[in-house]
Amino acid sequence: MGGLTNGEGRFPGPPDSRPPRWADWLLSRFSPSGLEDELQGDLLEMYIYWVKTTGLRGARWRYALAVLRLIRPLSWSMTKQPHEISHFFILHPAMIRNYLKIAWRNLTRNIGYSAINIGGLAIGMAVAVMIGLWVYDELTYNHYHKNHDQIAQIWQSSVKNGEIKTRFTVPRPLETALRNVYANSFKHIVMSSWTLDGVLSYGNRKVVKEGNYMQPDAPNMLSLDMLAGQKEGLREPNSIMLAASTAKSLFGTENPIGRIIKFDNHYNLKVTGIYADIPFSNSFNTTTFIIPWEHMVANTPWVKEAANSWGNNSFRLYVQIADNTTMEQVTAKIKDIKLNVNRAEYAKNNPQFLLLPMNDWYLRSNFENGIQSGGRIDTVWLFGCIGGFVLLLACINFMNLSTARSQKRAKEVGVRKSVGSVRSQLIGQFLSESFLVVALAFLIAMTLVFVTMPAFNTLASKQIAFPWMNVYFWGATLIFILCTALLAGSYPALYLSSFLPVQVLKGAGPSLRFRVGRFAALPRQLLVVLQFTVSVSLIIGTIIVFRQVQHTKNRPVGYDRAGLVSIPLTEGEFDGKYEFIRNELMGSGAVVAMSATSNPTTDVAYGRGGFLWEGKPADFRASFAWIWVSPDYVKSLGMRIIAGRDFSPDFPSDSNAILLNKTAVDYMGLKDPVGTLLREDNTDNSGQPLTVIGVVDDMVMESPYDPVQPSVYEFNKGSARFYNLRLNPAQNARESIATVERIYKKNFPNLPFQYRFVDQEYAAKFSTEERIGKLAGFFASLAIFISCLGLFGLSSFMAEQRTKEIGIRKVLGASVTNLWQLLSKDFLVLVIVACLITIPIAYYFMNSWLQHYTYRVELSWWIFAVAIVGALFITLLTVSFQAIKAAMLDPVKSLRTE
Amino acid sequence: MKRACLGELEEVVLLTVAVLQESAYCASITQTIDQQMARSISFPTVHTTLQQLQKSGLLFSPMSGATAQQGGRQKRLFTLTTAAQRFLIEYRRADVRQIRAHLWDGPAIRQISTQVLLLWEA
Repeated sequence: MGGLTNGEGRFPGPPDSRPPRWADWLLSRFSPSGLEDELQGDLLEMYIYWVKTTGLRGARWRYALAVLRLIRPLSWSMTKQPHEISHFFILHPAMIRNYLKIAWRNLTRNIGYSAINIGGLAIGMAVAVMIGLWVYDELTYNHYHKNHDQIAQIWQSSVKNGEIKTRFTVPRPLETALRNVYANSFKHIVMSSWTLDGVLSYGNRKVVKEGNYMQPDAPNMLSLDMLAGQKEGLREPNSIMLAASTAKSLFGTENPIGRIIKFDNHYNLKVTGIYADIPFSNSFNTTTFIIPWEHMVANTPWVKEAANSWGNNSFRLYVQIADNTTMEQVTAKIKDIKLNVNRAEYAKNNPQFLLLPMNDWYLRSNFENGIQSGGRIDTVWLFGCIGGFVLLLACINFMNLSTARSQKRAKEVGVRKSVGSVRSQLIGQFLSESFLVVALAFLIAMTLVFVTMPAFNTLASKQIAFPWMNVYFWGATLIFILCTALLAGSYPALYLSSFLPVQVLKGAGPSLRFRVGRFAALPRQLLVVLQFTVSVSLIIGTIIVFRQVQHTKNRPVGYDRAGLVSIPLTEGEFDGKYEFIRNELMGSGAVVAMSATSNPTTDVAYGRGGFLWEGKPADFRASFAWIWVSPDYVKSLGMRIIAGRDFSPDFPSDSNAILLNKTAVDYMGLKDPVGTLLREDNTDNSGQPLTVIGVVDDMVMESPYDPVQPSVYEFNKGSARFYNLRLNPAQNARESIATVERIYKKNFPNLPFQYRFVDQEYAAKFSTEERIGKLAGFFASLAIFISCLGLFGLSSFMAEQRTKEIGIRKVLGASVTNLWQLLSKDFLVLVIVACLITIPIAYYFMNSWLQHYTYRVELSWWIFAVAIVGALFITLLTVSFQAIKAAMLDPVKSLRTE
Repeated sequence: MKRACLGELEEVVLLTVAVLQESAYCASITQTIDQQMARSISFPTVHTTLQQLQKSGLLFSPMSGATAQQGGRQKRLFTLTTAAQRFLIEYRRADVRQIRAHLWDGPAIRQISTQVLLLWEA
């Protein structure tokens, strides 16, 4: 064969007229044994002939083709000499059938092992597939919009108290500036409102839906799938586009196009388009209707006024950039607009605009001091890793059990080898065993995924469908099966096939003792340690996440949530009716206290700054959360007054009074807050100063993980947006709500009755963390389950292997306890080692996770202790079962066999 | 002997081996068929056929000395075994040819539909 590789050196003629080198190489490497020389010789001669008859190119082509046909399996399997075995013989179909048959027999002979093997793998794979689907869903968030790569929202950052704050709201004049100055950087510019509730009615059908006001380019930018009407349906200010579900609930089977519907019981809007509902995993999925932005501008005074105000940052601006540009380029162009327009006023705040690409909205929308710093993507990677680890644990089980059983199979290997199997065939056999196991496990895993999908969706708050029709999914699963089978089967295959037949069959050669004896268990032990390191880390992580959530849940919120109901109001309808309704509600006995306010109890809607007070440090740029409230706000919420008093109708001067919270007092540095005057910091000194009449305890309105903002409660002068009702605790809440609804309906027959329990709304703030906690807990328990499954298998094997030893020990007088200790000790040591490795790793990661929260739990030693003791306990439980079983065995039986 | 009759390709190859006598080896056989029959035949096909014929005991294949033409390698020469010679004689016999001729020119040909015949003519 050696002569072939340098064959071209002897080939007469110029070098470029030689046959293709790769074909020569292939021929020398794979030609049927015994035929190399003559084939090569004949082919060379043919080549010369082909060069003459068909030219150089044709000859090279024919040469390569001939080589390929000659080395293909079918042409040489017929000519093979019976005693010669190729390396590729294992690929023969008959052989594969044989492998599978033997694998199947092996599986069914040891039902217990097979069940542990397949079951463990199936669970691991199910988890991996589920997490894979979840990660895919997260990573493709917003991919419904065709141009998601080019769409961005404009964010702005500015310096606030020495720190750069980044937010997604922008002022209205920005839009005008972009259109006038930078028009060719953008394909679409769409100004939008926040998503808000609206009452839509047609005839006597009435629904409350969420939707947005948007500029006319929106349908094109979002590539909405129009079911009827035109994408240009927002050109007329009095038009509306509906999502299919909204249209269905309003019109049923009627054709909605061109119909007039009433919006918020006031405006007549013509339906100009129906678009398919935007799927769940998209930022605009709650936009179930779109009304032209112009409509909002025309009918909302403060929006109209904001046209030239760079100070009112209440709007959202979406853009699609032009084809020939990038997000970075556009950001660089537009970032300083505000400074260019109003340098003197804003230089200190250094406001900058930036484009946040649509792909980042959901996954990477955290900013730390002006720099993008991840976000949800961290959780996605975390779960991705967990999924990978759980699968790894399952594969480790497989490897462990297979190698542990190697001694049983060693004889089989020895016999096969001495009968004439070569190593590649044995590798093939073990790999096909692992393929069979993985394929069975995969079937079970798919069933598991399919069955648990709805529960998983509930747990993860997702709408993932099983992707039956997705070619990529099946492609990915195929690769996944192959990888898992190779990963799980490679070690046993390589290990078992390396036995030397003489030593195996003799029973105990030096080499065999080396392999199966003292150090044979070492890789297995390492794998067990790795398994438990992962499992215990997951347990510790789960405990800490759970504790963090509980800790925050138990945080004093500063008001009484139980029995507190919030009613959102539509603008306009409720003005001037507060007193009347309040009297009616209080009179009904269902409500014991009531107030009106500008924002929901569980959120801060407005911020204000630019105030002066006595003793204010120079150069102090204060900003407050600002809440307008009616008298009795403090009473209805059950807040605690620390100093001074609540607003009261008895003091007419209260219309210029404010309450501060404790944080605000500290923030302003007031020694004696009551009586302090707060003045607006403007030159003409217009407007009345506001007098502090009281201080209330801090109340958690925003994220319960963050510190409370300095807040100002001002006497409500304008229209309220929410009513707060304190239900009568002596009465059934359902009855009270029914009474409230009756009174509401009587006064506002045109409005649907909406209400929310504040404690539920507050609880919703924990949904993300709780979900992470639940998912992590779920996966952690699966991980420990899989690990224990492995331990169970291993220990039962160990016990079986040492049956004779145990029998002898028993005959010589060892007690069951002694034997139990003997068998359990080995595993306990492994788990303890795993725990020791876990502690620093878990400490590091959990500590850095907790740093995200200002209000957080401390890492205490007992969490680690609990996890470790728990792991040891579970290990003991698992191992003891087998150990005691083995120790109780009658020695007569175990010793009689040979 | 496994085979009761020969296919056309096998017959041609056997005959070519007989014609080439001392210098029948895979490359020369391929080239001869290629030229004589005015039809293209691929090297692997001939190679496979030769292997099969050898397996059936119709060919005997000693190795030759190395030649420069083959890049200094030995080549496998093929000669007919007696079985093969008998086979070819059988095939040449008049009755076999007659059967063929009869089939071609006899009533059987009329069973073939006219459309197919037309196609063939074209």
